Amino acid sequence: MAILNSSIARKVAMALSGLFLVFFLAQHFTINITSVIDPDTFNSWSHFMGHNILVQGILQPILILGVVFHFIMGIILEVRNNNARQISYKSFKGNKNSTWASRNMIISGAVILAFLGLHFYDFWFPEIVHKYIESNPLDATRYYPELLHKFESPVRTGLYCLAFVLLALHLWHGFSSSFQSMGWNNKYSKGLRGFTKFYAIFIPLGFIFIALYLHFNQIH
Amino acid sequence: MKLTLKIWRQKNATTKGELKTYPIDGIEGDMSFLEMLDVLNEGLINKGEEPVVFDHDCREGICGSCSLQINGEPHGPDRLVTTCQLHMRMFNDGDTIVIEPFRAKAFPVIKDLVVDRSAFDRIQQAGGFISVNTSGNTIDANTIPVNKDDADESFNAATCIGCGACVAACKNASAMLFTSAKVSQFALLPQGRIEATERVLNMVAQMDKEGFGNCTNTGACEIECPKGISLENIARMNREYLSASLKG
Repeated sequence: MAILNSSIARKVAMALSGLFLVFFLAQHFTINITSVIDPDTFNSWSHFMGHNILVQGILQPILILGVVFHFIMGIILEVRNNNARQISYKSFKGNKNSTWASRNMIISGAVILAFLGLHFYDFWFPEIVHKYIESNPLDATRYYPELLHKFESPVRTGLYCLAFVLLALHLWHGFSSSFQSMGWNNKYSKGLRGFTKFYAIFIPLGFIFIALYLHFNQIH
Repeated sequence: MKLTLKIWRQKNATTKGELKTYPIDGIEGDMSFLEMLDVLNEGLINKGEEPVVFDHDCREGICGSCSLQINGEPHGPDRLVTTCQLHMRMFNDGDTIVIEPFRAKAFPVIKDLVVDRSAFDRIQQAGGFISVNTSGNTIDANTIPVNKDDADESFNAATCIGCGACVAACKNASAMLFTSAKVSQFALLPQGRIEATERVLNMVAQMDKEGFGNCTNTGACEIECPKGISLENIARMNREYLSASLKG
């Protein structure tokens, strides 16, 4: 079981949990974009996700475990890495040889974690209360109005947009880096890296578009 | 050229160090960085002060001894050169240059700018070799066919001089570029495949034991490496390690 304590195994664990979350983001975005295209589809897909036994009983717990694992492992790695250089340089020019995003995954990760807290407060906890505590009757049309309501506030919309910018920076380094961690290095690497960079911009930008669309749509 | 040097001075491994300021004059652009330090030391000795201690040996970019963090970068602002190959023309008259030792828990300071890099030796000793019978019946290496691309990549990995710039540049003080170069140079050759499994497991275990940080793929090591060792070696080592771990 020495592998579990090795630096490479930790890298691979971070990479695999990160890739799982990247996949989840694409699925989340696909559902959310329907709120812009067709609110009825958004309602029906949200209702399915909120009441399907497989999604609720298996996929959701796996997702929560994946998120918790990713951030706990991230913190453990950060602590260990800080410990590897106990006396810091008086002069250290990290920007000469690496990107801000790659050096500050812990900062972008911490912002995303704080955002997840807000996101759970906004959507997940009210959903749990609605379904299991208040035991309200099934209503497959409530999701879009609830979503619109959340994006009334310019502060909340701004916070969401800020978090998505940090998500883009996190993905910019993390997505392509995960393949390097798993030893992926062949003729497809360049193309794959290009795809990861596109994804890192496209998905967060899409989420920002949705947040702004919902915010401005109700004003007019 | 007139310069102001801020140099890390530390009496020994147990005392606390600090940056001390030394003005220096008469530096020519064609001097190497180490020659500039020689001029400084000559002046200090003439004044009866203790010279600055720094590592150096071949002074032609081969031995990997010179290891200075210069203005926040290992081996200074130039690329693909060691400190001894760095010329003073890279600096301007009136510049302030901050000179520090490579920093890592696994590279403790011995004195001033000299650090103990024997952690690298121990990683190498853990598996960075092939076991060949040299008792008179050694087979000529040239009789074993080697793919040209593999031979080239192996040679590129083997150009690592173990200077420690990768560790110094990495924000996590990770030694993965060094270790992966040493793993790769053998993993790519048929002679090295025989002991590939235990090699990668033992070298990574030793690297972790020495207290180096985890690689987070910032790529700083590749940029600062005086020999241009590629990050592809780290991907190869990760692959080798995972495959070796699964084999048990």
